[in-house]
Amino acid sequence: MTTVTTTAVERAYEPTIGLEIHVQLRTRTKMFCGCALSFGDEPNTHTCQICLGHPGTLPVPNAEAIHFALMIGLALECELSPRSIFHRKNYFYPDLPKGYQISQFDIPLWGHGRLGEVRVHRVHLEEDAAKLVHAGSSGRIHGAEASVVDFNRGGTPLVEIVTEPDLTSPAQAGEWLRLLRATLGRLGVSDVNMDEGSLRCDANVSIRPVGTADLGTKTELKNMNSFRFLERGVAAEIARQEEIVRGGGQVVQETLHYDPTSGTLTPLRSKEESHDYRYFPEPDLVPLAPTEAMMARAREALPELPAARAERFERELALAPETAKLLAFRSELGDFFEAGLAGAAPSDEGGRGDAGAANGSGAATDPRTLASWITVELVSRLGDANPADSPVEPAALAELVRMVSAREVSGSAAKEVLDAMAAEGGQPSSIVAERGLGLAAADELGAIVDRAIDENPDAVEKIRSGKNKAMGAIVGSVMRETKGRADGGEVGRMVRERLGLG
Amino acid sequence: MSDLVELSAAQAAERVRAGEVSPDELFAAYRERAESEELGAFLTVSDSGADDLAETPLAGVPLAVKDIFCVEDVPTTAASRILAGYLPPYTATAVERLAAAGAPMLGKTNMDEFAMGSSNENSAYGPVRNPWALDRVPGGSSGGSAAAVAAGLAPWSIGTDTGGSIRQPAALCGLVGLKPTYGSVSRYGMIAFASSLDQCGPITRDTTDAALLLRHLVDGGHDRRDSTSVDFPEPIELPSAERLDGVRFGVVAELAEADTIEPGVKALFDQTLARIEELGGSVEEISLPHTEHGLSAYYVLAPAEASANLSRYDGVRFGMRAGDGDLLSLYERTRSEGFRAEVKRRIMLGTYALSSGYYEAYYGRAQRVRTKIAEDFRAAFDRVDLVVTPTSPSVAFRLGERTQDPMAMYMSDYCTVPMSLAGVPAISIPAGLSDGLPVGFQITGPAFSENRMLDAAHALERAIGFDTSPPRRGAQAVAT
Amino acid sequence: MIDREQVLHVARLARLELSEAEVERMATELSGILDHIERIGELDLDHVEPTSHVVALENVLRADEPESSLSRERALAGAPDAADAGFRVPSPGAS
Repeated sequence: MTTVTTTAVERAYEPTIGLEIHVQLRTRTKMFCGCALSFGDEPNTHTCQICLGHPGTLPVPNAEAIHFALMIGLALECELSPRSIFHRKNYFYPDLPKGYQISQFDIPLWGHGRLGEVRVHRVHLEEDAAKLVHAGSSGRIHGAEASVVDFNRGGTPLVEIVTEPDLTSPAQAGEWLRLLRATLGRLGVSDVNMDEGSLRCDANVSIRPVGTADLGTKTELKNMNSFRFLERGVAAEIARQEEIVRGGGQVVQETLHYDPTSGTLTPLRSKEESHDYRYFPEPDLVPLAPTEAMMARAREALPELPAARAERFERELALAPETAKLLAFRSELGDFFEAGLAGAAPSDEGGRGDAGAANGSGAATDPRTLASWITVELVSRLGDANPADSPVEPAALAELVRMVSAREVSGSAAKEVLDAMAAEGGQPSSIVAERGLGLAAADELGAIVDRAIDENPDAVEKIRSGKNKAMGAIVGSVMRETKGRADGGEVGRMVRERLGLG
Repeated sequence: MSDLVELSAAQAAERVRAGEVSPDELFAAYRERAESEELGAFLTVSDSGADDLAETPLAGVPLAVKDIFCVEDVPTTAASRILAGYLPPYTATAVERLAAAGAPMLGKTNMDEFAMGSSNENSAYGPVRNPWALDRVPGGSSGGSAAAVAAGLAPWSIGTDTGGSIRQPAALCGLVGLKPTYGSVSRYGMIAFASSLDQCGPITRDTTDAALLLRHLVDGGHDRRDSTSVDFPEPIELPSAERLDGVRFGVVAELAEADTIEPGVKALFDQTLARIEELGGSVEEISLPHTEHGLSAYYVLAPAEASANLSRYDGVRFGMRAGDGDLLSLYERTRSEGFRAEVKRRIMLGTYALSSGYYEAYYGRAQRVRTKIAEDFRAAFDRVDLVVTPTSPSVAFRLGERTQDPMAMYMSDYCTVPMSLAGVPAISIPAGLSDGLPVGFQITGPAFSENRMLDAAHALERAIGFDTSPPRRGAQAVAT
Repeated sequence: MIDREQVLHVARLARLELSEAEVERMATELSGILDHIERIGELDLDHVEPTSHVVALENVLRADEPESSLSRERALAGAPDAADAGFRVPSPGAS
């Protein structure tokens, strides 16, 4: 059969990954009928003769869905098709009421584009399928397992985004999907909630020997419903393909389902016949030819996009690239950050009735420090929750950060302050005052430092002989004594001064 | 009251307006006939019309509706077993507009299953007999609508035309049948056969009635529920022309001279051409070179669209269900038991034409032939005002005569399919009788030329003076 | 022209169960019809645009305004097998 050469076995392989993303649009009504969109409502309460595929009904496209799709294409810098058409994609399935899905085929709304370092192949519009739920109490039909169809979701407007196979690692795929999700979220065209299925991702995966140009046989991984599953699933599939190829076998083109609990990949039951969807132009719909007015409206609706925002954070606020991305890709963090900066502007005349804030000595909150407090400290406390929904006020966090910089509170005490703010809100200066967390005053601190020097003669000896590590013992002692209300750097400076090491 | 049924719909409306008869009485008179008919024309008959219709534009003159139109909570089957018991939750725009104009629905008429057929023999609910000769077909697919009007069971009716389904039965039953310009009448609620070809239109006793129904079908313009519907550019006028002076008629050589045209049909066609000249019109021969391929293109495009349109009949949401056990058997049994032979044949043909590897050879080419046929018509209308052909190559044939030969049946559409492909309007009017059976004469014009077309048809209708009453209409139609 | 195997394949695509007799008849009839249809193969149609729509319309759209949906009772009224507030079917893939 296959001849396996030694070099082939030991060869290094690189993966090639392309993504297909389905995005449910956040319109008020369905793609082709006036039923209101819903999530989690009672089954079959958002249907009509059109989305149930009754005889004689006709689809009429939702203008807002097209507007959203235009915004998406602009955001992904795609090429507009001056005239695109809808096709019928024919297959039988209980979640497909007409026996065909109205989709776009050879002329999608948008052609080639790009987001970040990944090229976009196409962007097109279609309608979502209904939901097939395994029947519970109602049991079986003629002894066979039964399912129940809920058509509430059927006909929800969907945009499908297909990338070129430009991704080369599971982590990069996850990272890029985060950027896409942030971009779509920022556009406000979708809830982009992977748990609820408003953002769904399939991945096409192949591997090839490093340095070769031709793509290997690809497999399709269906419906990875979280970033983690996407990364794990793709990694598992790359490993599987490598094992096959290294064993001298050949990857078979197939569709696989990734089970996140077991970490296994199983081929989906192949359909009754090979995919012969018999696409043909949908005669019930006329072509879509976006007018200048439609394009202008879509352009006007475009906000600053995450990639541009990250770039601005780096350029104007000197944030580190990783931090800038973290803030920009989670739009809510970026919004919180910018609200904090705005609220902490020096022009703020201490309106919160707090002396500390008022005499901030003109030192505005440092954007880099604030960014780090948000991406590290705040995120560790709130997780994936939107900080806007938390009791922490952006301006209050900015003020806390300023107080740290101004040495009005130590870093460790500030973390305690933030704990309190995350739990019940409030202004940092009040919390500091209430809990006595302000930095120890210089004379009080001087006495404590003197005592620490006296109590740690060994450490003093080591410091004198240049072993700076020993400083930790003295600083630790001071911190214990002040319950963290001292600044480590300041303590070190005072010790050196007292030992004449200035 | 029996003389009421001898009236055209417009005449009946006059009587209502004059206070000589009430809409209720008119409805009751027709209802009684529709209920007791033995032609097989009606599938359901309505209990009553609405009361206060005397002041409406159509004065309460009841309307027979092809069973392809959905009417809320009225059984609607498209003459298929697969829709047995189906009660639509909504009403078709065409029916709604005519009802609003004052034409209440008298009942639903028989048809070929899903409008596939030219003889009405493909109905799951039995054939329809031609009131001119009970052993003959009324044509199809709107056979019930035509038979009902011809037999005086209804004053007028609406049907649908995909490749001739209004014009051919009108011709075979001695009536006027009009297929409007594609897009001028909303298709919403009209059960789809071939979406890019289907059009609703009137089947009536004369051109005035046809104009009257068309006026209210297009009134209101674009239907927001049908993306392909358009505003008709001008109001439909009641035709009044008596002469054809200066009107240039083109005779389509390829259609009028074809071997398939029966001699009796040809003779009446030629006689009608002579009348055109008597009325001051001119007649010249023109060529529509691609029309001879119209039937081929049609029998790819229509089945292809139908194969998708009929996929929704799957036993899940409405209609009948068969099968035992798995999903595949549910689909396959439901559809095999629910559809009859002709529908299955067309689904197979259309599925094949769209399937992988055949699309370009069949569907792609057929779409291009369609382009050429539309171009042929445009070129012709640069030279002439209207184009004429026989409507049907033959008079009404005997029941069963063509059921074993699909291709022979398909030939019935030979002269009517090209206009459907081009989307242009066409009207069939009775040209006379051949061996006691009606023969139709087809007039077609450019898109939205319905007024001009109706005027010409009206002038010819007057000159021909065809008596639309079959001999012994009452005796044949109604049980004694 | 079109053989038994093709008839069975197409019937499966179309979800039609055909009896033996129907398969035979379908093969003969479809072959006859396709014979006729294939005459369009003789035409020179290069550079001819396909026609999908005879109406010259574009962008016929609907405002994104909700309309009332059917009640669930009404939606399920015609269902051959309504259960659990939905349309019951044998599970795909189950047997």
